Amino acid sequence: MEPVKGKLDVNHELTLKEFPYIIQWRDDRCKRCGQCTAVCPVKAIVPDLRVDRAAGSEGPTPNPSVTRRVTQIVKQVHDIDRYCVGCAMCSLVCPNEAITPEFNPNHKFLFYKNRAGDAYKRGGRRNDPTPSTLDQLKFTRISMLTDPALDAGRHEFHLRTFLGRILPPESMPLKAENGRLVVDKNSDIFIPPVREIYPIMIGSMSVGALSPPMWEGLAMGVAYLNEELGMPVVMASGEGGMPPRLLKSRFLKYFILQIASGYFGWDEIVRALPDMVADPAAIEIKYGQGAKPGDGGLLMSYKVLKLISEIRGVPMRVDLASPPTHQTKYSIEEAVAKMIQSMSMAWGFRVPVYPKISGTKTARAVLNNLARNPYAAALSIDGEDGGTGAAYNVSMDKMGHPIASNIRECYLDLVKQGKQNELPIIAAGGVGKKGNLAANVAALIMLGASAASIGKYVMQATADCLGDENNRCNLCNTGRCPRGITTQDPKLYRRLDSEKVAERLVDVFKAADVELKKIFAPMGRSTELPIGMSDGLSVGNQEIAEKLGISYVC
Amino acid sequence: MCRLAAITASEYFSPLENIHALETMKEGHDGSGMGLMLKSLGGFAENLKEYPALSGICSNDGLKTLDEFMSSRGWREVHCWEPDVKPLPQIIRRDHYFTKFYEYPAGIKERPWEQKEALLLETRIALRKLGDKDESITVFSFYPDVLTLKEVGDPLMLAEYFGLEKGDLKAKIVLAQGRQNTNYAINLYACHPFFIQGIGTMTNGENTAFVPIREYLMSRGFPGYIGYQSDSEVFTHILHYTTKRLGFPMPYYKDVITPLKRAEMEGRPDKDALLLMRQSLRMLVIDGPNCIIGFTPDGTCFMVQDSKKLRPGAVGGVKGKYALMSEECGVDSAVPERDRAKDIFPMKYDFVMISPGAQEVKVWNQLKGN
Repeated sequence: MEPVKGKLDVNHELTLKEFPYIIQWRDDRCKRCGQCTAVCPVKAIVPDLRVDRAAGSEGPTPNPSVTRRVTQIVKQVHDIDRYCVGCAMCSLVCPNEAITPEFNPNHKFLFYKNRAGDAYKRGGRRNDPTPSTLDQLKFTRISMLTDPALDAGRHEFHLRTFLGRILPPESMPLKAENGRLVVDKNSDIFIPPVREIYPIMIGSMSVGALSPPMWEGLAMGVAYLNEELGMPVVMASGEGGMPPRLLKSRFLKYFILQIASGYFGWDEIVRALPDMVADPAAIEIKYGQGAKPGDGGLLMSYKVLKLISEIRGVPMRVDLASPPTHQTKYSIEEAVAKMIQSMSMAWGFRVPVYPKISGTKTARAVLNNLARNPYAAALSIDGEDGGTGAAYNVSMDKMGHPIASNIRECYLDLVKQGKQNELPIIAAGGVGKKGNLAANVAALIMLGASAASIGKYVMQATADCLGDENNRCNLCNTGRCPRGITTQDPKLYRRLDSEKVAERLVDVFKAADVELKKIFAPMGRSTELPIGMSDGLSVGNQEIAEKLGISYVC
Repeated sequence: MCRLAAITASEYFSPLENIHALETMKEGHDGSGMGLMLKSLGGFAENLKEYPALSGICSNDGLKTLDEFMSSRGWREVHCWEPDVKPLPQIIRRDHYFTKFYEYPAGIKERPWEQKEALLLETRIALRKLGDKDESITVFSFYPDVLTLKEVGDPLMLAEYFGLEKGDLKAKIVLAQGRQNTNYAINLYACHPFFIQGIGTMTNGENTAFVPIREYLMSRGFPGYIGYQSDSEVFTHILHYTTKRLGFPMPYYKDVITPLKRAEMEGRPDKDALLLMRQSLRMLVIDGPNCIIGFTPDGTCFMVQDSKKLRPGAVGGVKGKYALMSEECGVDSAVPERDRAKDIFPMKYDFVMISPGAQEVKVWNQLKGN
């Protein structure tokens, strides 16, 4: 036996089989233009040389000779820090269809992606490609003969919901005068602010997390939906504030301002208060996020460039990690109530203020507390399939609560107290995960949600975000988003056209509106949103049926 | 689909008139059952108006239990009406159909009406619970001057079965509905009309918003909001909730069940109130094709449609007698001598109300609020 010479430790070199995506490159099609290696956001492929040895013979008698030919190739690197993320930008730019990444279901990526003791962080959502509970629900109560189905194309539909604390009927300050009801001006009952909105909301994605064209595109789309199509779609800012110009514009009414544990951006918001010409749609206090329960917001330094540092009031190129919890929070009774009160007061009690939490077994406890607080405008619950721009993989994959049963339990708790119409529940986290946006929203509404919130779906549908539940791409945290959606690098975000984002957002909402009608019409619902209409839902799984209190079908 | 036949008049008339009207609309119902609800009783009951009348069906054992219960609570029976049943092979005979008239227990008669009314409801619920398990007792109404009769079978046949032709059963308001709740299992409690504290209504069409409405009503903490073997019972209870629990004037029932859209409210002088109602009473918005006919405690009769007017409905008559029917042929049968040109076919914003004694018809328009 001979001793090993040269490279001593080949055991610690990874083979491509360990990697989640393996590049399939075709020598015969490649014209060596170099576009793929240039575009790769992680430098997982590099141009390289290969020496081919060919033995041949010329002449009438065998006379073997060996020739060596140097070939230019595209090679996938074996460095775990430059693993192929499967984004397929290489395929997109290749003029000859010579290269594509292929998912390797037997990869051992997570065994190695913790070099230097640094736990794997990424963007995206929970890496679980199986259909969610929401995607398993069917709408089975079809009106046909005992009552005519409605016509989704011609009948009038009222697809609106309320955001804000709603007074119970018994407490409405109404009195009858000459057979007519009037609002009693002498009553000391506080009438909370309530907005009538479209039941699909755009969830919190911060200006820092998204690139300027992405954020602008969404904002333009939202304005168009409201002003041209009369669809009152609202969008949440995420943590980190908003450009001052927008804060002082009349468009603010379409936006929900989020305050989170880092309070980023709120200096600017408070400064802009005297100059605001419109109230925001609502204030969302973020206590938790479905993608990373127990973690605060995280904006990596690569994204903290000039604009973001100005909006957030921080130096450039520093990691902006929000604490996992609000520093002032001791108990829900005092701190949350005070925060809701303070925010309400800042806008003269004209703006609904509600908390957002991550899906959790304790959601009902939070809900019951809020139900007793007359200023709490709603509760937003973000399930385990919610997306994020940056989080630890373990938080994303393993922490959190599925949204379906969380919403259902909360709704039924309110029903027990007769408060199901007083505190709207907003459902989020994995809505439209498989592309079934309207069906997921309708199912959540019928389980008891007043509205549903979408984030990841919007990125996928309006800007072709490449991320999926096979951990494809998910580079949002690195500032190297190959689509230009979650980056502050002009070289990358100029790939994204804000006008197209806006156009696609309008497409998405118009199509979802049609699909919602296509779901509600055959179920005989059009006059009001079918909140809690659980008799319309079924599932082909006995345990899910039992848990959600809906019927089992097979 | 159910067919509905209601008549309101200044003079007493026999419920047979309603049943004949139902017969003219027979193409539209399957003759699977009949519910009759009479208010402002005449005939044998003309002098019994002050006594609460308990209408129901009992087995022999059930009747015994009921009598024992009532007497243990101090109710004294002053009269018992039973239909003169003529057995028919098509109708499965039950032991006892009855309306019993009672004297209030000692000390109750002098109490305010609200307390007496609450006691009547409480007693009806207690009886219902007593007979629920073995179905030995079924009670439909317990209220002064109201009588209810229900059974499975063809309405005309049931008229013969109950001997209504020769009997002395009359009233000034009669609601009749010609179908059992065939969408679900046959259940006597599921047959319209439904009654609660002076309010009776019947509906045709299916209420697709039934489950959330039922959950909402049941969570209001009012003991009478129970049952719901039929999706139509919620219409009666919503009217009760609107007018008696919230104290809203009658037309606001329309604004609760089929609220205006925000832009439509602009034309209403009470839009601020409507806006609040739209939010607070969202869970009581009905959906699906529905025509609701009913009466209120003061004897006003009404017809109202769903927000799209997906069900038929016609109102016609002369001063002193009006018919509120699912179809025009029913109105023809009940009041043939009227001017047909004046018939009313309520549309989606209309709320037709006929004053007590069938004196005046008013079409209240939701867009205008008058």
